[in-house]
Amino acid sequence: MSRPATESHDPAGSDGDGTRGAYPPPVRRIALDRAPTVVADDPAERPLVSPSIERALRPATGRERLRIDELSIFYGDAPKPAVNAVTLPVHEGEVLALIGPSGCGKTTLLRSLNRLIELTPGARRQGRIVLDGEDIDGLEMTRLRRRVSMVFQQPNPFPMSIFDNVAYALREQSRKRPSKRDLLPRVEHALRRAGLWDEVSHDLSRPALRLSGGQQQRLCIARALAVEPEVLLMDEPCSALDPISTTVIEQLIHELRSELAIVIVTHNLQQARRVADNVAFMYLGDLIEYGPTEELFERPRAERTREYVGGTFG
Amino acid sequence: MSTPTLPARPAGGAGAGAGSGANGPRERLRRLRAELRHWRVTDLIGVAAAWVVGIGLCVVAASILGYMLVQGLRYLSLDLLVTQPEPSLNQTRSGGILDPILGTVIMVIVGTLIALPLAVGAALWVVEFGRPRWLARTVESMIEVIAGSPSIVIAIFGLAIFQLPLMSWMSFTADGGAVFGRSFLTAGAMMSLIAIPSIFTATREALLSIPQHLREASYALGKTRWSTIRAVLLPSVRPGIATGTALGMGRIAGDTAIIVVLLGATLRIEPEGGVPLWGTLTGTGSTLTSYVYNNSPAGEGGAPEKAYAAAFVLLLIVLALNALVSIAGRRDPARTLQK
Ligand SMILES: Nc1ncnc2c1ncn2[C@@H]1O[C@H](COP(=O)(O)OP(=O)(O)O)[C@@H](O)[C@H]1O
Ligand SMILES: [Mg+2]
Repeated sequence: MSRPATESHDPAGSDGDGTRGAYPPPVRRIALDRAPTVVADDPAERPLVSPSIERALRPATGRERLRIDELSIFYGDAPKPAVNAVTLPVHEGEVLALIGPSGCGKTTLLRSLNRLIELTPGARRQGRIVLDGEDIDGLEMTRLRRRVSMVFQQPNPFPMSIFDNVAYALREQSRKRPSKRDLLPRVEHALRRAGLWDEVSHDLSRPALRLSGGQQQRLCIARALAVEPEVLLMDEPCSALDPISTTVIEQLIHELRSELAIVIVTHNLQQARRVADNVAFMYLGDLIEYGPTEELFERPRAERTREYVGGTFG
Repeated sequence: MSTPTLPARPAGGAGAGAGSGANGPRERLRRLRAELRHWRVTDLIGVAAAWVVGIGLCVVAASILGYMLVQGLRYLSLDLLVTQPEPSLNQTRSGGILDPILGTVIMVIVGTLIALPLAVGAALWVVEFGRPRWLARTVESMIEVIAGSPSIVIAIFGLAIFQLPLMSWMSFTADGGAVFGRSFLTAGAMMSLIAIPSIFTATREALLSIPQHLREASYALGKTRWSTIRAVLLPSVRPGIATGTALGMGRIAGDTAIIVVLLGATLRIEPEGGVPLWGTLTGTGSTLTSYVYNNSPAGEGGAPEKAYAAAFVLLLIVLALNALVSIAGRRDPARTLQK
């Protein structure tokens, strides 16, 4: 197997699943090479990966954009990591949903993918995150965050006009300020992709904070799309919205899926079911189960998953 | 014991009796009596005392305003506003208050221009960087010290500094070679100190109220700290900065000690040297506060009528600045951030 060794990994001896307790991270044996994803040859070593994961991982789903490899995050002096040795792939053209009870580390995991976690004092990371074959630590921070952009739980447009919200994302650092007219086509494109153009095109100079909550969130999506990311991170993007706005955004996620990879955190199981191709279930920092949405909800393999998706958790 | 609600607002249900009589004053009084019967004596006394104090303060404020209005309007005339003061004890020949009005305006502008960047910069540094922690704390407590210092202390300290030969460029050197130390610039520099605390505090509070995820939204677009401050944070805190600035301007306009000690309190604006603007800045002058002081019965007592007129104008200026505070503080809904 062609997995490159990294310092932070467990020593060779503990590579077997037995030492990891009952619920080992299921897909950690998948090769890290750049070729189309190859699934580890011995199925016995991946007990909790649904059989049809092969289907999910085949290039048909798109090539692998992001690989989370044995990722652990510690906060301050807490002995237990908030994210514990999680390994996950993210493919082009897929929606990956992270589900799990509150405090299980979903946000922490998401925020480490664009290194936003480094803004939190005392947060430490172990393990690797690879974007298109490159370790994200080796990428320039501003570049990384434009390739892996993010939508937050609270709609948080900047206190400026609708146009400027998107244009701000487009203006790159230390460049000559492009004129409004130069930016307009790209702003329009981003707003169209976010399904907001028809509602706001008559007056782009309106303050963004005058928009409704659902529109604000779509503006934030437009802002995140304007930088042409390869991966879009969404942290419970609908939790502050009404059901209709939620439906609109789910529809949007559906349409965007073909163009980029989406990782969405949600505490809403129905939503995960509606929008996701693959689902990862986390519990207390551990990745318990990962697999295609249908499999995970209909035939969960781990007891914990069964309890959680069956609604009897806790 | 539950806290009593203010009797002024009879408990709900008033809308239930739809008839016009049910809401009439007599009915209200009856309800009030009924409610008061359930109150403890101490509560009744407390509420009564609060009412007396509140009304008393209103009376005091209204009398100041009323007195100044009457006295001011009696002596105020357009002529007074646009003529320069003259050094004469004869009231008919002592001129107007044009120079003190201009002096107040210049003083406010100079002091604010110095205070604004310093205070906003300090607030940005404390909230957005704030490392090392002890230095940030020290900065905050130093600003509190300045806020608590009487302005006369600030004034004589300023005089000590600006009379140093090194500082002669800010005022002028007298014939004997001594640095005069008094000018719009030196007074403005010390005036900025009394404006800094309110601008700093308002800016800091506004920055602290910005939710962290708004900053992160900017970083998540690959933006640097600096462009986040410039494009996201500063626009968000503009109302806070405006409020603090208007407050600081009011304090500058109303201060007397620094004017008397550091502006020279010359009757007229006396520019230094030939350069137009710079000459005024390094020269001396007076403001409405020093004019009132010097002409009131408390001071030289030269012209109490004109002192009243000047005091009235000063009051108008400060009230206008206070109105600015509330306009600036009224949050533009388009800029109000969600928490
Ligand atoms: N800034 C922080 N400092 C310390 N502990 C944190 C911080 N943020 C999150 N945690 C802890 O990390 C764990 C995971 O949190 P989080 O990733 O926010 O979970 P989720 O998004 O799944 O609800 C929780 O136990 C939480 O208490
Ligand atoms: Mg979360």
